[in-house]
Amino acid sequence: MDFQNNELLRFSTAGSVDDGKSTLIGRLLYDSKSIFEDQYDAIKTTSERRGEENVNLALLTDGLKAEREQGITIDVAYRYFSTPKRKFIIADTPGHIQYTRNMVTGASTANVALILIDARNGIVEQTRRHAFIASLLQIPHLVVCINKMDLVDYSEEVYNRIKDEFSEFSYKLDVRDVHFIPMSALNGDNVVDKSKNMEWYGGGSLLYFLENVHIGSDHNLIDCRFPVQYVVRPYSDEYHDYRGYAGRIAGGVFKKGDKVMLLPSGFTSKIDKIVTYDGELEEAYPPMSVTLLLEDDLDLSRGDMIVRENNHPTITQDLEVMVCWFNDRPLQLRGKYALMHTTQEARCVIKEIRYKLNINTLHRDEEDKKIGMNDIARVVIRTTKPLFTDSYRRNRITGSLLFVDEGTNETVGAGMII
Amino acid sequence: MNYHLNHLRELEAESIFVLREVAAQFERPVLLFSGGKDSILVTHLAMKAFHPAKIPFPLLHIDTGHNFPETIAYRDSLVEKLGAKLIVGSVQEAIDKGMVVEEKGYNASRNFLQTAVLLESLENGKFDAAMGGARRDEEKARAKERFFSHRDEFGQWDPKNQRPELWNLFNGKKHYGEHFRVFPISNWTELDVWQYLAIEEVELPSLYFAHRRKVFMRDGIYLADSEFIPKRPEEEVEERMVRCRTIGDVTCTGVWPSEAQSIEDIIKEVSTARQTERGGRADDKRTETAMEDRKKQGYF
Ligand SMILES: Nc1nc2c(ncn2[C@@H]2O[C@H](COP(=O)(O)OP(=O)(O)OP(=O)(O)O)[C@@H](O)[C@H]2O)c(=O)[nH]1
Ligand SMILES: [Mg+2]
Repeated sequence: MDFQNNELLRFSTAGSVDDGKSTLIGRLLYDSKSIFEDQYDAIKTTSERRGEENVNLALLTDGLKAEREQGITIDVAYRYFSTPKRKFIIADTPGHIQYTRNMVTGASTANVALILIDARNGIVEQTRRHAFIASLLQIPHLVVCINKMDLVDYSEEVYNRIKDEFSEFSYKLDVRDVHFIPMSALNGDNVVDKSKNMEWYGGGSLLYFLENVHIGSDHNLIDCRFPVQYVVRPYSDEYHDYRGYAGRIAGGVFKKGDKVMLLPSGFTSKIDKIVTYDGELEEAYPPMSVTLLLEDDLDLSRGDMIVRENNHPTITQDLEVMVCWFNDRPLQLRGKYALMHTTQEARCVIKEIRYKLNINTLHRDEEDKKIGMNDIARVVIRTTKPLFTDSYRRNRITGSLLFVDEGTNETVGAGMII
Repeated sequence: MNYHLNHLRELEAESIFVLREVAAQFERPVLLFSGGKDSILVTHLAMKAFHPAKIPFPLLHIDTGHNFPETIAYRDSLVEKLGAKLIVGSVQEAIDKGMVVEEKGYNASRNFLQTAVLLESLENGKFDAAMGGARRDEEKARAKERFFSHRDEFGQWDPKNQRPELWNLFNGKKHYGEHFRVFPISNWTELDVWQYLAIEEVELPSLYFAHRRKVFMRDGIYLADSEFIPKRPEEEVEERMVRCRTIGDVTCTGVWPSEAQSIEDIIKEVSTARQTERGGRADDKRTETAMEDRKKQGYF
């Protein structure tokens, strides 16, 4: 069946409040004919009841009562559509600063981030914050959507001015691939179809970009990393002594017969079998979920890691981390937090706050070390036991961690290992 | 060598990861099994995730007593095949005990009574994580769900204050008495589900395929003629070729005119459908935020 070869692309929206993110997603779904009649009828009725002139396409993603009342997005909405070329998972995120953590939630797994800018206002603080977060999260591709062009007479000059200003800013960011598209999410210009109102724009529509951007190299296929997630023990006569190490490949290509090293013990063994329900595999690569059997009977449990002998991660209790703080209780110097890293859990203490980042200027503030909600800072932590890490730049899975408050159990911060 | 998974295999890998994470992080997880294609899919994925061991958690069916008989037959044979443990939470019993009160009138449905029975069953079994087959593409409030959805001791969902959920790090930490709802197939669409069930050759309840059935029209939707739904005088029963797109309680599951005899036919039908599958669910139509309101109270 031909549907079996569709590729999956995840993208998220970003940008300030009211810049048109939800409207854009609604337009993308509508113009790509991904909206069902009953969905359309429902938002039409709601729009009419609220006395809106047009059908408000943002209502397709703003599904919560509180969001509809206030006309803003509060939490991420996930939407799906596909074209013959790809299947898309969209995370429509809130622009409001108070909900930055939800923006980060939606963006953390994205291949592409769409950053919206209201052409009338140009770049504002939230644009910078979100662009910076996108670069921190190492989202491989950024598309800057200069929106509401209908309100600035589709002016090429306005577009160029914003484009130049953003380029100057993004030059200081760690982003690999930036594109610019002038559009009107409201009217659909350059969303699915190319706009007739902006002949001066030589590039393609947003959908054209999303269908064609190359995402094949977004996984690390070099450094073999297999965090043990769960030990499969059937306890049956047929599978006596069976110990399968279940998990998801976090990096590299594992092959049957490979010599491997186990962390933290440092013992070595060989991969005896790569097991799935559908049969044995010769090799496994990210993001596959498999079960590994080893030749030797060794003690391994959740949180341990299987790697290659000549290429192993950093084994350390001392980490330098960029942290994005989510909680209204500020990050505490010398405070203790629970940590989640791959399938491992530990505790940590914040040993030092190196600097807080000023989002507007990217200036490193070494004086003001109060790290509150939505702040981004560089910290030094020490953990209760060794973690097996790579830099986030090298591997998004082995390089990321969560800070959890030990009293409330809330996720209070996200960390990217430097 | 092309190290690349197609979208169905990538979704499968993600769901298996989530299922294993639940088994690892929780003491007493349970899988909610409704008999619909989504819970069949989750069960199938759980079977794959822990192979060659058995699924390390029981299945829980909240039985409204108003089932299509085919659903129960299918459920029992699946449970036997998997060697799994089945727990049934009965709405009828809850009514008999006076725990909940049956709705009256033409649109009466036991669907709403499920929430109380579900919460009670979770409490009785001391379950700390309940997995279900809800998908984000089903409904606008579901589009906002996390994979790991935290519930307070009353089972309530607080959509304005969900935990951030980044990368593939799922925080299942909780206080005593609280629990989690977990949605391993959050990212699947209806079409993905059918495509996957097709390539995996999963056996399905006959209700999903076109069959002749006595039906009647209410509010633009065909409902199955059943002793559980009182008909208005003007509602006329007719025989039609129909199939279910979702399977729930008889009283609120619309059936659709269809000729689809095989999964391939269904895929063709679904990929050109102009209505969402829940377009046939009377329970969603009561008010604009019916689903969100029910979820806040502890519904799935
Ligand atoms: N004229 C015009 N108005 C637009 C355009 N795009 C969005 N709008 C309007 O801008 C307002 C805000 O749009 P939303 O899509 O809700 O903005 P948002 O970025 O999702 O906002 P948050 O999610 O709350 O951050 C709405 O009134 C839209 O109709 C556009 O291209 N042109
Ligand atoms: Mg929005």
